[in-house]
Amino acid sequence: MSIPEELKYDRSHEWVKTDGDAVVVGITHYAQDQLGEVVYVELPEVGNAFAVGDELGTLESVKAVSEFLAPVAGEVLEVNDRLEDEPNLVNDDPYGDGWLVRLSGSADGQDLLDAAGYQEFLIQESA
Amino acid sequence: MHPWVGAGPEDRRHILSELGLKSIDDLFASIPAGVCVDGLDLPPAKDESWIRRTLGEMASTNVAMDSTPCFLGAGVYRHVQPSVVDAVLSRAEFFTSYTPYQPEISQGTLQVIFEFQTLISRLTGLDVANASLYDGATALVEAVLFSHRVLRGKRELVVVAETIHPMYRRVLDTYTRAAGIEVAVVSPGTDGRLDPDTIRKVAGDRACCVAIQSPNFLGIIEDLPQLATAAHDCGALAVEVVTEAVSLGLLTGGGSFGFDVVCGEAQSFGVAPGFGGPHLGFFTCSPKHLRQMPGRLAGETVDEDGARAFCLTLSTREQHIRRAKATSNICTNQGLMALAATVWLEAMGGSGLRELASSCLARTEELKRRIAAIGDPWRIAYPHSPTFNEFLLVGPASGIELVEQLASEGVLAGVPTTDWGGSWPDGLLVAVTERNSAEDLDAFVAALETLS
Repeated sequence: MSIPEELKYDRSHEWVKTDGDAVVVGITHYAQDQLGEVVYVELPEVGNAFAVGDELGTLESVKAVSEFLAPVAGEVLEVNDRLEDEPNLVNDDPYGDGWLVRLSGSADGQDLLDAAGYQEFLIQESA
Repeated sequence: MHPWVGAGPEDRRHILSELGLKSIDDLFASIPAGVCVDGLDLPPAKDESWIRRTLGEMASTNVAMDSTPCFLGAGVYRHVQPSVVDAVLSRAEFFTSYTPYQPEISQGTLQVIFEFQTLISRLTGLDVANASLYDGATALVEAVLFSHRVLRGKRELVVVAETIHPMYRRVLDTYTRAAGIEVAVVSPGTDGRLDPDTIRKVAGDRACCVAIQSPNFLGIIEDLPQLATAAHDCGALAVEVVTEAVSLGLLTGGGSFGFDVVCGEAQSFGVAPGFGGPHLGFFTCSPKHLRQMPGRLAGETVDEDGARAFCLTLSTREQHIRRAKATSNICTNQGLMALAATVWLEAMGGSGLRELASSCLARTEELKRRIAAIGDPWRIAYPHSPTFNEFLLVGPASGIELVEQLASEGVLAGVPTTDWGGSWPDGLLVAVTERNSAEDLDAFVAALETLS
């Protein structure tokens, strides 16, 4: 189960990467594994603002639909348009080409976990 | 206790003692006395043969549709019913099954749904049809809520034609009031048809959809291409609702004219008219809005041996999985009635359906001509507007009075518009189908002449 060191994580299995003044958000390897083959990604509109914990969009797999949530507050600057035709990128490359949205805002001062903390969280959750 | 046999006195005593109660009354003590009935004033029990005879005598005083010239329609239509429909319908494999929660084991049910979707999609001109809904009124509601979702809840207005069946609009009001969606009703022009410019004015830039019915409540065929354009000019989705599905045998479905949703009632396809139903809703849309469509879809696939097989798809957005976030709170499809429609349509075939619809149209036009020939005091409310198999007739009295007067002449002449209000004259909606014989038409005309 891959958990890159340089990322931050929240407890609903989103990852956050600081990218200049903005953050990039996706779901973790663990999350995509739990979801199974993703067949459709519903993304928010650019320009919409979200608070921490708001529903950003949905991920539909063969057997379920799940929401993904905003790990930090901010405005949507960009969404990953490639997912429209290639939703499987979320499974194949969750930390890379399978990213979901770019939000204005910062991971600093947020209640987020580092890689070790997220690893610990996963162990506790599965216990 | 055997599961098929109710609890006897001994069982009841046992249950009550386990519960620490003395009597049945103690068990129901929490029900307020004010709502309890203290004994019912009923005659002593009768035996079965007495009941059959007595109720049979009562039933025989009804005026039956099949033994009386009948021109009732207004959303429920009487059409031919080939025996094959009931023969297939009454097979226990279909008749007693509930919606399949482990669907792929029910290949027959899935194949029926798949064929139903295919047939409905071909009739409406839109590529995606769902597995059915409860009835036409809820299909309209679903189309409105669907439009609201597609435009991401940013447009809170729904523009609805007054000429959509009044009962459908009442069901819609019930939902929209709860959802905080505003409804604007657009009345027809003096020809009974909608004016696209009026729609543009009312919709402005606030409407998520423009919903119309064709043939409309007055039986009149709307100008679908113009109405679709008017809706789209306002950035709204165009929704067509159909209450007489047989019209699709002759009239092109709205999907071919740019409508985003074509939905409605398919009772005409093999479901006999009855008090309160069952009815059969259908819903079709374009693939780009697939994910917002209510309900489920059956799909065609192959099994592990490569053989043709069917599966249930898109149920991921249904209530039993998504709870409050489901696309709809109608969780099942109207399976048995969808089967009836499928068998009926397959028995008719494309040319059969067209012939049937042509026959409805021809008989309706004949009756209209003969009524026009009688003239005063009878008048067709919108004589120059195109109709399919129904029209509004105005006579020397209110619609409700005309029903009684014509019934005493031995004709069930139509459905009165009296109690429904509306911006049209008080009269009778007269529906003519292939079930109306030449003798029926003669009886209708004779009755009108008697009352002239």
